[in-house]
Amino acid sequence: MAQLTRRSVNLLKPFSASVFATRHLTTSDTTPITVETSLPFTGHKIEPPSRSVETTPKELLSFFRDMALMRRMEIAADSLYKAKLIRGFCHLYDGQEAVSVGMEAAITKKDCIITAYRDHCIFLGQGQWVLRGHGIVGAQVPLGCGLAFAQKYSKDENVTFAMYGDGAANQGQLFEALNMSALWDLPAILVCENNHYGMGTAEWRAAKSPAYYKRGDYAPGLKVDGMDALAVKQACKFAKEHALKNGPIILEMDTYRYHGHSMSDPGSTYRTRDEISGIRQERDPIERIKKLILSHDLATEKELKDYEKEVRKEVDEAIAKAKECALPDSSELFTNVYKKGFGVEILQSLGSDQSEPSDTQINNRELVVQNALSERSTPIDLAGGGSLARHQHVLPTATHRQQSCHVNRHQCPNNSRH
Amino acid sequence: MWLCSPLIHSYSSTSLSSRHRPNRHNPPPSPPPHPLTPPPRSSFSVKVACLIDLSSNLEVHCIERKTSFFFIHCDGSLTSGLNLSNSRSARLSTNAVATKQDNVTASTASKPGHELLLFEALREGLEEEMERDPRVCVMGEDVGHYGGSYKVTKGLAPKYGDLRVLDTPIAENSFTGMAIGAAMTGLRPIVEGMNMGFLLLAFNQISNNCGMLHYTSGGQFKIPIVIRGPGGVGRQLGAEHSQRLESYFQSIPGIQMVACSTPYNAKGLMKAAIRSDNPVILFEHVLLYNLKERIPDEEYVLNLEEAEMVRPGEHVTILTYSRMRYHVMQAAKTLVNKGYDPEVIDIRSLKPFDLYTIGNSVKKTHRVVIVEECMRTGGIGASLTASINENFHDYLDAPIVCLSSQDVPTPYAGTLEEWTVVQPAQIVAAVEQLCR
Repeated sequence: MAQLTRRSVNLLKPFSASVFATRHLTTSDTTPITVETSLPFTGHKIEPPSRSVETTPKELLSFFRDMALMRRMEIAADSLYKAKLIRGFCHLYDGQEAVSVGMEAAITKKDCIITAYRDHCIFLGQGQWVLRGHGIVGAQVPLGCGLAFAQKYSKDENVTFAMYGDGAANQGQLFEALNMSALWDLPAILVCENNHYGMGTAEWRAAKSPAYYKRGDYAPGLKVDGMDALAVKQACKFAKEHALKNGPIILEMDTYRYHGHSMSDPGSTYRTRDEISGIRQERDPIERIKKLILSHDLATEKELKDYEKEVRKEVDEAIAKAKECALPDSSELFTNVYKKGFGVEILQSLGSDQSEPSDTQINNRELVVQNALSERSTPIDLAGGGSLARHQHVLPTATHRQQSCHVNRHQCPNNSRH
Repeated sequence: MWLCSPLIHSYSSTSLSSRHRPNRHNPPPSPPPHPLTPPPRSSFSVKVACLIDLSSNLEVHCIERKTSFFFIHCDGSLTSGLNLSNSRSARLSTNAVATKQDNVTASTASKPGHELLLFEALREGLEEEMERDPRVCVMGEDVGHYGGSYKVTKGLAPKYGDLRVLDTPIAENSFTGMAIGAAMTGLRPIVEGMNMGFLLLAFNQISNNCGMLHYTSGGQFKIPIVIRGPGGVGRQLGAEHSQRLESYFQSIPGIQMVACSTPYNAKGLMKAAIRSDNPVILFEHVLLYNLKERIPDEEYVLNLEEAEMVRPGEHVTILTYSRMRYHVMQAAKTLVNKGYDPEVIDIRSLKPFDLYTIGNSVKKTHRVVIVEECMRTGGIGASLTASINENFHDYLDAPIVCLSSQDVPTPYAGTLEEWTVVQPAQIVAAVEQLCR
């Protein structure tokens, strides 16, 4: 049964320490429950896993909690965008929450996830290895295979989930990355979140074969009902085992997005409102988990409703906190363009780092550089900033540097040093 | 906090002595502020350097909106006609949204024209060319049924069909290559990059195939392709969607690059680009699509290689293009109030530069400020600086000042984004320093 527990919430990383909420709906009950997935899995060149999924009350309630939070957050993002507090492009994930929570349940914090721009909710669920925010469609998949390569290289028994959409499935770089992963047996799992529309183009108008789980050809694939969190969990677990032994596998998550491609897209010019509301009624991921919870008597309807209200409050608090945060100062303009220690001359002439290193640091650095250049030996790592021996130019001595900086004074961001 | 200095490329406070020229006059002490009035109509001779394919049957009309008409016939002969009664007074765009023009009562022959937004002007140009030549087709992501992510191709697919306005999958490298292949065999495709940044995926096709095939095939294949799309820094679109590809593409031999900035030149350049037998990259800007202007009803095509005189002046030449044109005009307002007389030229043609117009201006003013949105390293401004220095060094009284964006990925934070891009106040400061 649900219990009252106080739990600190790691909501959004910058606010982690300060947002607290009284959380109902947690339990430590781990009696196994077996649930059948809504649909069977379909395999391509592989025996699909069983439809019976083992879960626990604890897990089901956590699914509900996380998905309710994600849903609420996306709706809030919608209003914030319309209020012009979120700018640029805003791609919302509501409808697809099951993919994120299902995946989280199946993997460890050491596994990597990389995704593109429809990524707000993936972040909410995961551990430290979540790489997100890629704007160029499909470009994150080769990166994902690179993560898998590093995992294989360091033999750490972890996997990478490289996520992409049905639109990105037609990118050539995907097939290049898949070929390499398969060639070298990399622990890469390519997850196609098929929400059936690439912005305004339906999948049947963009792909000759919309069976994305088969597109790997030589790589096995699995088609999963992406609106069923338990099916996603089963598939991800299965895929992880497979990838660690046999190399890449493609998972196609059959899912749906309620919003348009982004907030600039109404989402109704290329599909009917009936379709959207139909899916909401029949396949909504949160509703499905709710039904499971109620049918197994893990919570009452009222408790679930109360919880949703709390989530709303929590998100509102987070928004209030975000509104209070200061905008970055102009001195941050060059932060992180380069890694520090790249080279004193480069730093100053490009004005790429506002915070001037101290004289001691510069002197030390020069000393090290001069030694390295005279020895012509192995590369050195200056404050973790990379090897200088690679660079062809000679770092000037102190006086020379001052002179060169004097000439470039208009390019130096901070004239006070001279 | 003022971050102006890093933007000023190189400047020394002592002006170069004039060696070969008659007296220079320095800017006068500030007279009372005078409103921006259109300069007197000058008979402005236009150097036309259209590339004509003598084997084609196209007759190219380059109708310059100010004073001169040139008709270039397919046999290469040139007839010019000065038609002063059709000219319109030079217009000054002083703010980002051009206000409605007062009708020029003097010209009886010109019709009042019609008002539209820049993306509509692009569409009009595109539609007229598709109507005129059945080989013209469009391909890109969501250009057909969706109507284009910026509505440039809205309504064309129902009119011309799915093959002529082709919705491609998200495969920039391949559909650009496909367009080039189609162009080699006689079609005239227009490739739309949903955002210019996506065309980086097609860089190999654009560089090796598009740019070089005419050369490497010994002239056997021409690539009459137009590659267009919105680029530039928008409103907090993030680093990957705020790219200025003109600086990356400018070295590719064999292509032409133009940047439109008003509905008038957008339509004219679109038509010219489609009619050109060379590959043309047409750079549009995300923030300029909703500019409104009144354009002529009659058909017109602009010259691809020509710069546009936005505001004639005497003291300093300000060269700019695309969105920075509006920042420059905003700065020009301030400068005029302070007593300066800047000459503003929208270079429009990014490759090749219109050194004729630019040169004439430099010879007149002897001072140059370049204002661009590219990054400082390797941008259009850098090339233009080199070009002007090489060709007009003797006419310069001071080193060229090049104002460009900072060499940083464009930040999402609004305040930081403003700092990366040149602002009108920085332009004013640069001109004041230059003209001291």
